[in-house]
Amino acid sequence: MFVAWRDLRFAKGRFALMGTVVVLMTLLVGLVSGLAEGLARENVSAVAGLPADRLAFAAPPDGRAVSFADSKVSREQWEAWERQPGVTGAQPLAIRTLRAAAGDRTASVTAFAAEPDSGLAPRGVGPGRVVLSAKAAEELGVGAGDAVRLGEREAAVAAVAGEASYSHTPVVWTALDGDDATVIALRTGSGADLAAGDEAAGTTALSVDDALTAIGSYQAENGSLQLMRGFLFVISALVTGAFFTVWTIQRSADVAVLKALGASTPYLLRDALGQAVALLVGGTLAGAALAAGAGVLISGTDVPFVLDAATVLLPAGVLIALGACGAALAIRRITAVDPLTALGSAR
Amino acid sequence: MTLLIDEVTLTYPDGDGRLTALDAVGLHVPAGSLTAVVGPSGSGKSSLLAVAGTLVRPDRGRVFVDGVDAGGLDRTARAALRRERIGIVFQQPNLLPSLTAAEQLEVMAHLTGRMSPSVRRRAQDLLDAVGLAALARRRPRELSGGQRQRVNIARALMNDPAVLLVDEPTSALDRERGAEVIDLLLALTRERRVATVVVTHDTGHAGRADRVGAMRDGRLTAGTA
Repeated sequence: MFVAWRDLRFAKGRFALMGTVVVLMTLLVGLVSGLAEGLARENVSAVAGLPADRLAFAAPPDGRAVSFADSKVSREQWEAWERQPGVTGAQPLAIRTLRAAAGDRTASVTAFAAEPDSGLAPRGVGPGRVVLSAKAAEELGVGAGDAVRLGEREAAVAAVAGEASYSHTPVVWTALDGDDATVIALRTGSGADLAAGDEAAGTTALSVDDALTAIGSYQAENGSLQLMRGFLFVISALVTGAFFTVWTIQRSADVAVLKALGASTPYLLRDALGQAVALLVGGTLAGAALAAGAGVLISGTDVPFVLDAATVLLPAGVLIALGACGAALAIRRITAVDPLTALGSAR
Repeated sequence: MTLLIDEVTLTYPDGDGRLTALDAVGLHVPAGSLTAVVGPSGSGKSSLLAVAGTLVRPDRGRVFVDGVDAGGLDRTARAALRRERIGIVFQQPNLLPSLTAAEQLEVMAHLTGRMSPSVRRRAQDLLDAVGLAALARRRPRELSGGQRQRVNIARALMNDPAVLLVDEPTSALDRERGAEVIDLLLALTRERRVATVVVTHDTGHAGRADRVGAMRDGRLTAGTA
């Protein structure tokens, strides 16, 4: 990178401009990624954190996808699953969004109702006793031993535990009563025949990850944010490619001179690609640092934002890789520069 | 260390036919001698340099650079031959704007993968030889036309070439500075035992060469100064 480093220093203005674009793109991607992850956690953390490997939904009508909103399973169905070979646990879980109140404070919460000894609900849940997630307790202003009203029922707060959230509402764990539930939480061994279980119980069993898409708001919200993030990746690659296309055209006379002097095409490509990668790495790291700083500030507010390697470093890595691809496509025109043009050219 | 061009013919596409730029041209330039090739624009001077510099393959004939037959080399090998054994002095200096005078020379060593502390010393020595030691850290825009041309010459000598090809070295200079450049080329040719070809339209400067050839319509007529 003998020439590349010196070009970077010499054409400071042009590279600073492009570097700033890379910094801003990385910052934007980092913020969108952190926000997408934060919103996703608010949507799915209660389901994703269930001690189960599969969830069985009531089989939807033909052509429809399963959904938490439409699923309703009965005692016969979860007992049918319990009888399946290889199934080590089949616990009903009822999910219902309702109004909670404590004193003069109210909050929308999602009740996750499970049998107290099922292992799904946290310790302390029982008839008339509930466990609140931290955010629910905060919104209602209650702690362990206080009374809350869930819908029409009074309950005592047995404990405040966890950060579980479902569809942007904090979760309240309650005891299941009745013979109906929303889904069946399954724990399966290696020999479990899921298709046979579904057929016997009239359900559709999905892995917990796949089941997240059955939360209506999650799919729409996450899809939009991921699309936005994808577009930012593509735009970043295109902008980088456009910059290096113009830059390569501008310096094609220099490239012709170097070729005439004996520079091999691989040498020139390495030099140019190294320059692009140096610019991308510098700009992306600065952008990632800014995104991390912004994340620290945002994390102290009510905005759902997750700051970790997956939301900052991973997008930064993707930006570098895609930007390098864009630059590689742009600088390939170096191969077409004819050294003969250096003879008689005026510079 | 010689340049031998043997019965070289070069044509270019020209409409439905082909234009003959070089017509069975022969030239032998021994080490330590300077041959000037004069002729009007379009006579084939630049084509002769392009063939000698392995920048273009002739249709017929052979080119030997320091004993190596360039005709049998692929593009990569020809590039290697240029950086190892051929120095090119362009008509315009063609210096890279981001490099200092010293770096214009050092990059030549970098092309060969031979970067060492001695490279800097050699670059400094060559700049000293062309009278620019004090301006080693200046970029092209900070140098005069004559100074840039001297850097251009020093750069061509950096990898200790066997053959030095010089294209219209005085075209952008006044008479006095042009004479200085020719003096410099003559001195370096003798001192470093290089086979030098200078293409020029200036018959006054050409008269000081060891040999003079005249190009006209792609044909070279040899003579002696």
